[in-house]
Amino acid sequence: MNREILLGDEAIGLGAIHAGISGVYGYPGTPSTEIFEFIEQRTKKAGDVHAFWSTNEKVAYEEALGMSWAGKRALVCMKHVGLNVAADAFMNSAVTGTNGGLVLAVADDPGMHSSQNEQDSRYFAQFALIPCLEPRNQQECYDLIFEAFELSEKIEVPVMVRLVTRIAHSRTAVTTRSPHPQNELKPDKQIRKWTLIPVNARVQYKGLTDKQPELLRLAEESPHNSLELRGKSGIIVCGLAGNYLFENLEPDHNYSTLSIAQYPLPAGKVRSLVEHVDELLILEDGYPLVENTVRGLFGLEGIRVRGRMTGEIPRTGELNPDIVREALQLAPLPTACELTGDLSNRPPALCQGCPHTDSFKALNDALNTYDDPQVFSDIGCYALAALPPLEAVHSCVAMGASIGMAAGAAHAGYSPAVAAIGDSTFSHGGITPLMSAVQQNVNLNVLVVDNSTVGMTGTQRSMSTGTTLDQIILGTGISEDHFRIIEPIPRNHAQNVEVLREELAFDGPSVVIARRACIEALKRKAI
Amino acid sequence: MEKNIIVAGVGGQGILSIAFVIDNAAMDAGFHFKQAEVHGMAQRGGAVQSNIRYSDSEIWSDIIPAGKVDMVLSVEPLEALRYRHYLRPEGWVVSSTTPFVNIPNYPETESLLDDLSAIKNIVMVDTAHFARAAGSRRAQNMVMVGAASPMLSFEEDRLLNFVEKLFARKGEKIVAVNQRAFRFGRAAGLFFHGLSDAGVTKRDALRLVGKLDPETIDGNLSSAWAKAIGDDGSGLAAVLAADKAVACDQAAAFT
Repeated sequence: MNREILLGDEAIGLGAIHAGISGVYGYPGTPSTEIFEFIEQRTKKAGDVHAFWSTNEKVAYEEALGMSWAGKRALVCMKHVGLNVAADAFMNSAVTGTNGGLVLAVADDPGMHSSQNEQDSRYFAQFALIPCLEPRNQQECYDLIFEAFELSEKIEVPVMVRLVTRIAHSRTAVTTRSPHPQNELKPDKQIRKWTLIPVNARVQYKGLTDKQPELLRLAEESPHNSLELRGKSGIIVCGLAGNYLFENLEPDHNYSTLSIAQYPLPAGKVRSLVEHVDELLILEDGYPLVENTVRGLFGLEGIRVRGRMTGEIPRTGELNPDIVREALQLAPLPTACELTGDLSNRPPALCQGCPHTDSFKALNDALNTYDDPQVFSDIGCYALAALPPLEAVHSCVAMGASIGMAAGAAHAGYSPAVAAIGDSTFSHGGITPLMSAVQQNVNLNVLVVDNSTVGMTGTQRSMSTGTTLDQIILGTGISEDHFRIIEPIPRNHAQNVEVLREELAFDGPSVVIARRACIEALKRKAI
Repeated sequence: MEKNIIVAGVGGQGILSIAFVIDNAAMDAGFHFKQAEVHGMAQRGGAVQSNIRYSDSEIWSDIIPAGKVDMVLSVEPLEALRYRHYLRPEGWVVSSTTPFVNIPNYPETESLLDDLSAIKNIVMVDTAHFARAAGSRRAQNMVMVGAASPMLSFEEDRLLNFVEKLFARKGEKIVAVNQRAFRFGRAAGLFFHGLSDAGVTKRDALRLVGKLDPETIDGNLSSAWAKAIGDDGSGLAAVLAADKAVACDQAAAFT
């Protein structure tokens, strides 16, 4: 037994190592990145855990599923929107079932600190009919990973561990236990289980639904779902929302409480609470999943159910102790002064000397002969080019969407249809839309800003940079005459503008790579 | 006992290093602690903060509730103002006066210092000045840990031990620079605090601290200096007119 100071993400990582994983899979994405990085660093010397970033979350999930098939334990980690990318493999892995334990650690981002939405992954667990564990603190992050692997191997389905930013990126001392040995190689050759042609899939899916009463029983009996009946006013808290509640209550409070950290929702415990109280407040960091389920379409007779849908808790955004305090109708604590709104904001910005600055200055100038040109962009540091002073890009939707959207706009007759995408985002989600566009001979211009790394999440390894990237792009069948490479440095500005102008004027698909290494990665010697 | 601190600054200023020292000191001293931080997009030169809590009993929330913050510890003066509304009424601001200007509408330094000086419970330290004197401008964060240290619940040596652990990988020289920065910050903070208590205006206190030889500053000498420059600050001009840094034990020469 040992004590270490760990982020929630790192506690997940160490828990997984100690639970005997043989592989960790993922694609970088805030707030999940540090799970993988921790395991990568910690196991580097021993070399006994496969840890290599995947091209995207779908690939990561499939690799993890393959390791499970082979009988070993695998952790796959991603941010919430990454699970959208992995959803095909994820949903079907619940139907095939697993062999070695398979745990999905997914980090949601309520409040959108570093994301384009605040979707709640608990819906995905419910959708796939698998259990979900929701740690309330960093110690539970560590402990629940052990349970998640045991649960996965016991009931032979993947298990989700759902984090939120505030757990993922908060540190405390965590007590660790003795490690579980890794599983032996023991491939699962039950062909009908793994071959989801309809005749087999129907059997497998029926089997998954047959497991549901057992999952419900486990949730009912779980010590992580604790019911404490006191007064007539009830509160359900999910995951870390309980911390915000107990922060505001004295130990001798008179609320009846149900704390939930294991799903499916323990209906029996909810019923016991509902039968005991005459009003109910529901606190969850994310969507009003439990709130809507408990209220149903028509509400609970005689009981007022309050939460995000009724305005006591804001419909959007991250939960915090102050919001909960207000919902409890407690007076705000006195403070030294009021919030004044006249302070200059300090938004994030591209680093001094960033190659993207030079790339987008060149693009802005190349486009200045067009009337109000719009540029489709993507997920990465360069999304910051949307803000002043550059204001060079005008969309940021999903990984790889810049190219697909530019193609669609071009189909509709919009010109010039320009997409801007980074090297890693291109390998993640940009290759397939570029192949489509080239094969259809669409009139679009793709600017690939190749900085040789995954910059925003902390300079992880990029899958397609340099000559690998060039070969992939040429492999789509694009004309070599309209595949250009520029170096985005201030001295080259005029000639870079010229190259971009020429390609903008060309009627057909073109790709310009702006290639210069990320200065942060150079500083960290990451490349 | 419960202590809640918001550490504030700009991405890249070493907020997490400050948190490392305080977290480890808290664990070493047997406290419960939690420390929430910012990763990802906001780190790119934006305003960042870390919530640090330690206590002799269990801590629930990773975020400090409004009204429970005991200290805003800021490596940057504009950022010090951003979290004041979380402070409890008698809470303290411990702030650097060295601006980090990376936005076009950054306020004038004078008006910023006036805003800070208007805060009743504040310790101000020119971190660039003391970090340079300690041997590296990058050590401003450790100047701030030092300045805040008298109000933390740990012995000076316990904190210095974790400053050493933090920089050990970078070699003895870097460790020494950062420990010196810590000591300078601690002395400057105590000295400023003492002047302030003795009735010297905060702006005058800042000017005086800037004129003293960093190696010699001693919080115990603040009342002698308060006397030297007088309630109205009339004695300050003579100190500022000295052609080089003044040793802290020379207050009598200006009285």
